[in-house]
Amino acid sequence: MIEFRSVSKTFADGTTAVRDFSLVLPSRTTTVFVGSSGCGKTTLLRMVNRLVEPSSGQVLIDDVDVATRNPVELRRSIGYVMQHAGLLPHRRVVDNVAVPLRLAGVGRSEATSRALAALETVGLDPALARRYPRQLSGGQQQRVGVARGLVADPNILLMDEPFGAVDPIVRDDLQQELLRLQRELDKTIVFVTHDIDEAFLLGDQVVILRRGGEVAQVGTPAEILADPADDFVRTFVGLDKARRTLHVEERAGARIVVDGDGRPAGVLGPA
Amino acid sequence: MSDNVFVGAGQWLTDSAHWSGTDGVPARLLEHLGYTVLTVVIAAAIALPLGLWIGHTGRLRGLAVALTGSLRALPTLGLLTLVVLWVGIGLTGPILALVVLSVPPLLAGAYAGLESVDRHTIDAARGLGFTEWQVLTRVEIPLALPLIVGGFRSAVLQVVSTATVAAYIGLGGLGTYLIEGVQIRDYPMTLAGSLVVVVLALVLDAGFALAQRSAARS
Repeated sequence: MIEFRSVSKTFADGTTAVRDFSLVLPSRTTTVFVGSSGCGKTTLLRMVNRLVEPSSGQVLIDDVDVATRNPVELRRSIGYVMQHAGLLPHRRVVDNVAVPLRLAGVGRSEATSRALAALETVGLDPALARRYPRQLSGGQQQRVGVARGLVADPNILLMDEPFGAVDPIVRDDLQQELLRLQRELDKTIVFVTHDIDEAFLLGDQVVILRRGGEVAQVGTPAEILADPADDFVRTFVGLDKARRTLHVEERAGARIVVDGDGRPAGVLGPA
Repeated sequence: MSDNVFVGAGQWLTDSAHWSGTDGVPARLLEHLGYTVLTVVIAAAIALPLGLWIGHTGRLRGLAVALTGSLRALPTLGLLTLVVLWVGIGLTGPILALVVLSVPPLLAGAYAGLESVDRHTIDAARGLGFTEWQVLTRVEIPLALPLIVGGFRSAVLQVVSTATVAAYIGLGGLGTYLIEGVQIRDYPMTLAGSLVVVVLALVLDAGFALAQRSAARS
């Protein structure tokens, strides 16, 4: 369980990224921070592994304040997947994945075999293991990043816009892969994105943030759609747009779902 | 006249008498390389830790830029004369002058090399749980290596060409042929000595070019 207790962050240049933020992130669930740029979502994520120190308030993991823990050991106990993958360009793919294991003191050959297994878990061709990151496509690099985040089997996985820089088809693939992995692995995932559809797809709990790290609404995707807190949330999740406002119409004897513009979006399946 | 000098230099270089003994080319070459190595090792001991620290922390960057600029502007012969007047005749003078000359490229190579490393990569390494020391030694230095080697390349080249000043105060090296040649008007010897320095510089440069390329590949 991760808990934010009245956390604020004001950077040296005077910008307030987060103001009095409190939230509990239950274990073995995915919490998604979503908002436009400058809403403090990445700042919140980076407080969990102490890449950012809060100006006030506390971040707790299983009731232990992370400020009391050695930052290097803390980071080694948490999986971290970042935007643009953040792979080390001078190391081969398999060695990149093995980094968290090597840092934890696992021997070279065991680390390599576990890294290869992790690459297989995320659906990457083992033939790519000996390549350097720059020889891979953006989507492949992201898979490597996910493999590296998972390889040491951490309880917590931080994902900072991991699929933001890949094309929509690959992103779709990676999202489905993550959902499958999460069903198997049951991690506590903190996921940051600016894409509300991604937030609703992946999140058990979704936190919508406005500028300055203010919470607009917290809830399950269904709760947010059913009862948006205000106009900001309504607009942000797209309830004012045709594609979110669906209704059922009878056509040629079948019941089909139609969006606000009357375009068919799908059919009503058996409940 | 100039033909004679070139022919003379050719004859000088092919005369076996000039390739043995304490005043022979191999001995002078070794002296010269000895000064070069000593200088660059001392300069590296000063410049590398400083440059790496500046590049890693981003502190005192302005000082490094100013320092490299102003040290480069110092005239070596003037500096040598000053140091010799100050510490007296001996090895210290020329070595000190040459160290001052070779610190700037080494310093610049180190801090510019570290600055060239992608901030995202460093942030990623930190996020994975590298200690600051591991960030420096396993991420920043390996990625900065082509520029660090480049710093050595220009430092060594400058020192090799400038170490001829050691002969100015009678310490030998390949500069001996130049200084003595001028003094006794033996211009073929002066030219032959310069040619040896040029060839040495070119060979070393080619070696460093290879080293730089292999550093960039890994």
